Amino acid sequence: MSPTSLATHPLERAGLRAVRALCVALLAFLLAPVLVLVPLSFSDGSFLTWPVPGWSLRWYDDVLHSDAWLRAARNSFIVAPAATLIATVLGTLAAVGLARADFIGRGLLTSLLIAPMVVPVIVVGLATALAFAPIGLGDSFTGLILVHAALGAPFVLTTVTATLDGFDRNLIRASASLGADPWATFRRVTLPLIAPGVVSGALFAFATSFDDVVVTLFLAGPTQVTLPRQMFTGIRENITPAIAAVATLLVGFTTASMLALEWLRGRRER
Amino acid sequence: MTPPAVDAPTLARAVRRERRRRTAGGLLLVAPLLVFLGLTLLLPIGTLLARAVHDPQVATALPATAQALDAWDRVAPLPDAARVALQRDLLAATDDARIGGVARRLNGDVPGARSLVMGTWRALHHDPAAAGFDPTAPRAAALEAFDARWADPAVWIAIARNAAAFNPDDLLAAVDLRRDAQGGIARVPADESAFGRILARTLGVSAAVTALCLLLGYPLAWWISTLPPQRAALAMIAVLLPFWTSVLVRAAAWVVLLQREGLVNQALIAAGVIAEPLALIFNRTGVVISMTHVLLPFMVLPLLAAMRAVPPTLMRAAVSLGSPPLQAFVRVWMPQTRAGVAAGVLLVFILALGYYVTPALLGGADDQMLSYYVARYANVEIDWGMACALAVVLLAATLVLYTLYRRVARDTVLGA
Repeated sequence: MSPTSLATHPLERAGLRAVRALCVALLAFLLAPVLVLVPLSFSDGSFLTWPVPGWSLRWYDDVLHSDAWLRAARNSFIVAPAATLIATVLGTLAAVGLARADFIGRGLLTSLLIAPMVVPVIVVGLATALAFAPIGLGDSFTGLILVHAALGAPFVLTTVTATLDGFDRNLIRASASLGADPWATFRRVTLPLIAPGVVSGALFAFATSFDDVVVTLFLAGPTQVTLPRQMFTGIRENITPAIAAVATLLVGFTTASMLALEWLRGRRER
Repeated sequence: MTPPAVDAPTLARAVRRERRRRTAGGLLLVAPLLVFLGLTLLLPIGTLLARAVHDPQVATALPATAQALDAWDRVAPLPDAARVALQRDLLAATDDARIGGVARRLNGDVPGARSLVMGTWRALHHDPAAAGFDPTAPRAAALEAFDARWADPAVWIAIARNAAAFNPDDLLAAVDLRRDAQGGIARVPADESAFGRILARTLGVSAAVTALCLLLGYPLAWWISTLPPQRAALAMIAVLLPFWTSVLVRAAAWVVLLQREGLVNQALIAAGVIAEPLALIFNRTGVVISMTHVLLPFMVLPLLAAMRAVPPTLMRAAVSLGSPPLQAFVRVWMPQTRAGVAAGVLLVFILALGYYVTPALLGGADDQMLSYYVARYANVEIDWGMACALAVVLLAATLVLYTLYRRVARDTVLGA
């Protein structure tokens, strides 16, 4: 309950107004960096300065005709979906399995399985670069996809576990008593019910891979440059409106995914 | 209907058997992920740990010498077998990049060792007779005759150390310790200390960012928790949109906002607050601002989860019992959010510790954290041993905090 309605003293009311002002300013602080590049990407000048000298789509034209950006986009859209697929299948199976298992080491096992979420990515990058190079997985799509999948799977595990918490086990018993085999029960009863968790986990896994620059820095050769990697170099060397254009496209893509996720979360809670 | 003829112990056994069967089935489903993570992450991290205390470089380039030095206690006079073995190894080594790597490595321990090793190697390969070497039957005395520095035990101790199966030097250096000639462990003098300062800086920046996130995130989460559902959802979009936006998009945006001719400086000058543009980027300010921006949502989410779980009647009860609202807020309501605070603080601190991209793009040379030096030693200095040692320090700090986090966050949403 908000103490808002309980505050009666003038000083308390003033304090509340100050907190409210701070919070609105914070929301602006949170949103500004996401939105500031959008207008700048439509500039017809060569620098990222305000006010924009004139409007044009030339930087979008530039990006869409640049081999480097197109290759980076293609690579990202190879690596991220492949990593997401592996992460989602393995993470969902493990979540369903963990929900069934009932033994003393369960908490420890869960901690171990979601530890990749907190191991610093730089450690993962260095470790996999060391271990993968001698077995021919350095500088390869395979290596990159495997590591991104490993980093994404714990997100799937946590989101699916959260959905399974509110899951009525009697539905499985009902299905079994009506003659369905375990696979049919999983496919036709369990999966539809946990689908929102699976999808939101998959989106997390996708974002993990799609946004990664550190592992790519260690594991990708010149032919596996991804979008974030290309942006990293761009920001380091010379930040142009072309980067703003790519950023705007990414923000659009992100907003769409986020709205999809929120919609699913709403469905799950219902 | 007659009850089934089953006695209690039999039933209990049946229940236990059924539970074991379900557990086994469940573990079978967990196994693929466990094996996958083991192969793609745990095994490589094991390699990294091993590499932090064992560098195969010297041992593979100088195998006979390594073997000859293995039995030497580093106090007794150097066995002649080692002197002979080194000449054989240098003669057998045809790859100058490999010997160059060894020379560089030894130079880190004994300044000047690089020119000594390279000079001897070149003499052995070009005109051994002129330098007093006999390639077919190496004599022990030839080394010192060629270069008097071979008489210095320090050089041999350096070779022995780096060729040993267990060499903690890099790991010790990562926390500003070193071994003296006798093998005792001592602190590196303050003026030579390098990594201790970087570790302290990493912890300092992480602590500052965490404190700032809590200071800003607490009122924000509280405010969102008091909003009616519709407006709370709108505010959540403002929190979640940056959370989902690529870190690189945000780094680029901060460059544009904070640079000398950037929007923030422009606005401040236009408003008459400052006359000269402020230096907001490529320094600590830029790093702290952008990292706070990246990590604030990670603070707000657990806080909000904890705040929404506080029973709404508590405040009313306290006030109706005569407490002033502010005091009720501080003494009744706030303590209820402690778990959320602990979870948020640890989560943000853990994530801040390992940060790489944001400081690399928005910080200056004096603002780089451990992650940066891990990447630098691996990709620029090509000193994998040191890179691994620094990574081990980072990993250890993170895992200690993660264990704590699992303890406090058990009941909150993100601890699932």
